[in-house]
Amino acid sequence: MNNISRPTRRAVLGAAAGLSVLLAVTACSGSNPLSSSSSGSASGGPVVVGSANFPENAIIAEIYAGALNAAGVTATTKLNIGAREVYIKAIQDGSVDVVPDYSGNLLGFVDPSNTVTDPAGVLAALPAKLPSGLTVLAASSAEDKDAMVVTAETAAKYGGLKSITDLAKVCDQLTLGAPPEFKTRPYGLPGLAKIYNCVPKAFTPISDGGGPLTVKALLNNEIQVADIFTTSPDIPANNLVVLEDPLHNWLAQQVLPLVKADRINDKATAALNNVSKVLTTQDLISLRNQVEGTQKMDPKAAAAAWLKDKGITK
Amino acid sequence: MVEGWQGHNACQQCDGGARVSLSRTMAPATTYTSTDPFSQGWQWLGDPVNWQGPSGIPARIAEHLGYTGLTLLISVAIAVPIGLYVGHTGRGRVVVVSLAGMLRALPTLGIMTLFALIATSTLSLMPAIWALVLLAVPPILTGTYAGIAAVDREIVDAARGVGMTERQILFGVEVPNGLAVMLGGFRSAVLQVIATVAVVAFISLGGLGRYIIDGLAVQDYGQVLGGAVIIAAVAIAIDGLLAVLQRVVVSPGLKEISISEVALSSTGGKA
Repeated sequence: MNNISRPTRRAVLGAAAGLSVLLAVTACSGSNPLSSSSSGSASGGPVVVGSANFPENAIIAEIYAGALNAAGVTATTKLNIGAREVYIKAIQDGSVDVVPDYSGNLLGFVDPSNTVTDPAGVLAALPAKLPSGLTVLAASSAEDKDAMVVTAETAAKYGGLKSITDLAKVCDQLTLGAPPEFKTRPYGLPGLAKIYNCVPKAFTPISDGGGPLTVKALLNNEIQVADIFTTSPDIPANNLVVLEDPLHNWLAQQVLPLVKADRINDKATAALNNVSKVLTTQDLISLRNQVEGTQKMDPKAAAAAWLKDKGITK
Repeated sequence: MVEGWQGHNACQQCDGGARVSLSRTMAPATTYTSTDPFSQGWQWLGDPVNWQGPSGIPARIAEHLGYTGLTLLISVAIAVPIGLYVGHTGRGRVVVVSLAGMLRALPTLGIMTLFALIATSTLSLMPAIWALVLLAVPPILTGTYAGIAAVDREIVDAARGVGMTERQILFGVEVPNGLAVMLGGFRSAVLQVIATVAVVAFISLGGLGRYIIDGLAVQDYGQVLGGAVIIAAVAIAIDGLLAVLQRVVVSPGLKEISISEVALSSTGGKA
């Protein structure tokens, strides 16, 4: 399923992709950078908040750590551990205790045969499928997932496109740009055709994971519909319209803490649940904009400012 | 970034189900009976489906060679005149050598992305071609320059002594004598371009790189390997043709000048 698409597609961005292609051949075994410190924090000691290897996840990890510290639970961070395969192992072996994750991708990873896509269904299915000792805490409303995005002009031209249901009526006149895997993945062209009866006029594979090339092609009207992540700062910056997905073609991807149950006490649980209560997709967009945009803010500083703004820290 | 691809690899199994059930929508779809990527590569190459239609191997080879040809045409038009001028006159040698060295250090994928973002039409052919031209110019330029510069100065002086014009010296003496090295630079450019044209698939263009980029995106390593093998085969075949050409056009009176000799004489400050 698309549980591997997020880190992969982020990884595609930029010139390092060429190198990555080369390294992918040799990196199959996935050397675990944490293996040497595997039993370091088995009991006692500070709570270690880890993160996957992309900026948004690192920011959320910093938010978790900040909130835990504010609640009197000593927490440290171990950021950019790697992809899900790596950080789940790291939680199991006790090198980290908390990692921000995404409900749908996490479920797809622990249960590859999963077919549930709606937010409530995903959250309900998760606990039983997680490896023993691991659990998830309350989910936030913040979601980072694939979305069909059009320009404001395109939306207006076709009578105010708001959802993919609207898009389906004019699909056959539009060219869709997305990463190559979109062509075959269940949530890609097959899903659009099956669930929304939307078959675009043409499909343009662009391998930058909804990055600058995709956005430029969309603004140039070389493509009219693009697959861009919902937390992309490019969306507000270019006044793009994110089409709703009422029939849940895409897995829900609510941000939630994946934790090692015996390392998180009630106080820590309350602190993390409190973060989930206030964190929104809009917050993620502006946090990513601060870190990945022109400001190049340190994830820790961006997280600290957010925590202060929400009254979690003083 | 690298870890992202690591994850990509490790999760091969989780994607298997999706790939099989949706194989009908995939342009060239090969059902593998093996899980070993190398056997999958051979199966992919042996599947007749992959040899047909607009996304079949022959069509992709044609696109690949088309991009290569266009790139080389532009590169030769730029690099050969400059190389001849610098080799013959010795003027601007330092500039050309250092500039060519700098160009070699540019990552083609990054340059292509940059050009695509600057261009008025992001997903068009020319931004990609110009990025490849930057890759092809250095070997052609330095090969041409070094070939001309390595010609024995006594021969050139003799030609001047018998009253040949500068143009006659260049095309009648220096080019035929330096041709082996010049073609060496060209062959090296051709090899690099054929191997690197694969990156244009990154910005939605065709060519054999499609198999690698599309295969990687869905962990179809049979397709990746098949595409890579075809690119290598095409590169070797074209290089073989050029080797024959080199043998035919270079004067039999000339012993082949080895690269090390050229390097020695060009750094020896003869020009």
